Amino acid sequence: MHRLCKSFGEKSVLRDVSGTLAANRITGLMAPSGAGKTTLLRILMGLEQADSGWIDGLDGLRLSAVFQEDRLCDQLDGVSNLRLVTPSLSRAEARKALETVGLADCIGQPTRELSGGQRRRVAILRGLLADYDLLILDEPFKGLDRETKQLVMEDTRRRCTGKTVLLVTHDPTELDALGVTELLTGLELNSPRLSGQYRKEP
Amino acid sequence: MRRAGILRPWAVFVWLLVWQIGAMALDQQILLVSPIQVLARLGELALQGSFWKAVGFSMLRITGGFLLGAIVGTVLAAFSARLRLVEELLAPLLLAIKSIPVASFIILSLILFSSRNLSILISFLMVLPVLYSGVLGGIRAMDRQMLEMAQLFRIPTLRRIRYVYLPQVMPYFQAACASALGLCWKSGIAAEVIGMPTGSIGERLQQAKVYLDTPDLFAWTLVIVLVSLLFERFFLVVLRQAAHHLERM
Repeated sequence: MHRLCKSFGEKSVLRDVSGTLAANRITGLMAPSGAGKTTLLRILMGLEQADSGWIDGLDGLRLSAVFQEDRLCDQLDGVSNLRLVTPSLSRAEARKALETVGLADCIGQPTRELSGGQRRRVAILRGLLADYDLLILDEPFKGLDRETKQLVMEDTRRRCTGKTVLLVTHDPTELDALGVTELLTGLELNSPRLSGQYRKEP
Repeated sequence: MRRAGILRPWAVFVWLLVWQIGAMALDQQILLVSPIQVLARLGELALQGSFWKAVGFSMLRITGGFLLGAIVGTVLAAFSARLRLVEELLAPLLLAIKSIPVASFIILSLILFSSRNLSILISFLMVLPVLYSGVLGGIRAMDRQMLEMAQLFRIPTLRRIRYVYLPQVMPYFQAACASALGLCWKSGIAAEVIGMPTGSIGERLQQAKVYLDTPDLFAWTLVIVLVSLLFERFFLVVLRQAAHHLERM
């Protein structure tokens, strides 16, 4: 459906980056820190302008994202945080989604009172539940303990099936857990360390 | 917002005692009246209908000016945050309001208008720049990451204001209100003392001066302090409740 092409030039962070996102699939992007992933994502999100180059097929798309930071409305509880960006979501649906990732105990609490891992899960769900055509996940599972991470990744995989998603991560096991088959290849980020290749674990 | 939290009842009592003893030692009611005499005078005044009318008259105007200043200041700050041009345009005006002595404003408005509603204007002028710079600072200090979040998810403007902007700007608005509330009472009463609108607290203070009625002067001063404190408390509580209610879904 919507295949994205982008290329930039002359910018120090991203130099002539091109790539394609497969529609209705999860596409993985692995690159070392400082390679310009965040800049790339910000351009995709429309929060930053590329100096040159362009993106096709992004016009009119509804975006959703899980940022590296939580970016929650601290005074609102989890349900309200989800419903703030997705008003069509009913309270019951929101509550159920929160329960699935183990947040049953703290549903009515303002998110400022939650722990880091709990806030993280609310932020992830907010991104997953929004009505979107393209979802951008920027190291979404960072800071979750192993068990929770497993639970959340399963939930994410279930919710993302058949959708167009870009997942940025440092951890190859996350790609496996989400069943990622596509990789953003041909992505020559600024750094020569970037392989752009993803190998299954031996 | 909170007064430095070390106001102990015993210390207040000590100073009241010093005052009482000093007044008794001096024994000159015109120079220094004792706290007991002040309270007695206040009790007498409270029985008169004209007392409550004067309190109502001044309170209505000063708080009216305050509310007007708070609203206009906030709206202007919102425009300034949005458009650099507006901020640049307003800068000289607000600087002028801030630097011109209240007394000059009072005299000027007495020449231009009647004294009756003088305290509205003066209170408004004192409050406006405080709220303006407070709210503008709050808007400027908003978390960019949250704004990006709202942009990405395309949260509609009204929801955005209510759930994303309001919680971040509110503390600044409250702090500005707290300092403006003290200011508007002091300057509002000063305006009334000079302009002497009939039936105001300021007129009564002026009369106390003319007749060297020190107990009256102290009693009215006490009234002003009490009324302004009560209003401040009341207003800030209402504000906090309203914000709390609005920020929730």
